[in-house]
Amino acid sequence: MHFLNQVGAILWKDILTEFRTKDAIASMLLFGLLVILMFHFAFEPDSLETEKYGPGLLWVTFIFAGMLGMNRTFAGEKENDNLQSLMLAPVNWGAIFTGKMLANLLFMLMAETVILFCFCVFFNVNLGPRLGWVALITFLGTLGFASAGTILAAVSMNTRMSDVMLPILFLPVALPAVLGSVESTAAALTDPPGEALGFWLRFLVVYDIIFITLPLLLFDYVLEE
Amino acid sequence: MAQDQASAQTKPAIRLEGIEKWFGVTRALQGINLVVWPGDFLVLLGRNGAGKSTLLRVIARLAKPNSGRILVKEIDIGRHTDQVRLQLGFVAHSSYLYSNLTARENLRFFGRMYRMDKLEVRIKEALRWVGLDESADRRVKGFSRGMQQRLSIARATLHGPDILLMDEPYSGLDLEASELLSTWMREFVGRGKTILMATHDLEQGLAFVNRWALLEKGTIAEEYSGDPGRIRERYKQFLRERRGAFS
Repeated sequence: MHFLNQVGAILWKDILTEFRTKDAIASMLLFGLLVILMFHFAFEPDSLETEKYGPGLLWVTFIFAGMLGMNRTFAGEKENDNLQSLMLAPVNWGAIFTGKMLANLLFMLMAETVILFCFCVFFNVNLGPRLGWVALITFLGTLGFASAGTILAAVSMNTRMSDVMLPILFLPVALPAVLGSVESTAAALTDPPGEALGFWLRFLVVYDIIFITLPLLLFDYVLEE
Repeated sequence: MAQDQASAQTKPAIRLEGIEKWFGVTRALQGINLVVWPGDFLVLLGRNGAGKSTLLRVIARLAKPNSGRILVKEIDIGRHTDQVRLQLGFVAHSSYLYSNLTARENLRFFGRMYRMDKLEVRIKEALRWVGLDESADRRVKGFSRGMQQRLSIARATLHGPDILLMDEPYSGLDLEASELLSTWMREFVGRGKTILMATHDLEQGLAFVNRWALLEKGTIAEEYSGDPGRIRERYKQFLRERRGAFS
């Protein structure tokens, strides 16, 4: 119960801060929309090309936009050495990770919703009855990214050039989730949904379980000197 | 003074036994033994790099010692970290405040971290105590350094700790804010609570303390207790001797 209360407090604090500064969401949205626009003019895609390359373009946009937000994960905690004040409190450090991860997940999902809408407009995609599948895939893929990204943001926080370090650490770790997300989105966008959809969804669930459990176990070591 | 009264009947507020801390090949703390009693105002003096901040960080468990034991009210912090953290408040030269939250929101957040009951009432009292009740709903980024330090003290003491660890709390404060801080510290100790403060400022550090410990190269070079005037004289003498030794 205390754990959930502390997670809720951290999440509430991050949401409040984000809605006042709009640092993470604004940068993710702007970057995502620009990339979608650039892909649109670079490819001028027809329906076949969209089916073939669309899921990849969409997830590349999600990932790179998401990394901009993740870089901000611990920015507020570094500002006045606030992370130390969290560490001084009688709080399970796993609650710090969980609160931060949920905040990242929420901000990414908000940005992705707008990016997805723009993708559908620019690439002339009618999600229609497949919206449910795409929403589920987006949630599962983003959950894994947010979890892996949050712990790696903590790892890179105190390194020199942390903005560069995060992508270097994150992209190799995120690769399986990118693969699962792209393949499951591609399967969901075919009519009827491809047989591979079930496999890739299970793949994403396993990835999420691993990358939520591992950071919870390792976060204490990351925060300690 | 507090030591004599306390030792007969009470448990030490803090007991350090053989604390060692290494950073790579550098030994920051070398076998520190120290007992601090309830009601003590103990100042850790020393030059930059002497190990004052490291010692406070180790006591607060922000850093793990490589060896030794820290007991807070005879409870081993290594084994019962959360239980001990409820007894400790920490004021550093960083404010530990979120600049985009208001004063009230900052305290509410930390109150939830410490699982406190009657939180809103305690926040109201704390803000009144530090004279920020009228600025309660202003964002911290608009506060002066002195206001931030007052809020920082409210944050550190909101959960009612018996021991306050303070790392250079006077840094960046103007004269008025320094005097207010001194008054609060005197009140805090007057209620039988304990302060352990690190400073390199002789005048600020020794105004009304009853004990001091001088740290040099990670060890306690000298300890003294008594009235502040005598402590000041003894400290100056100590510095003269050191200077003489190096000249």
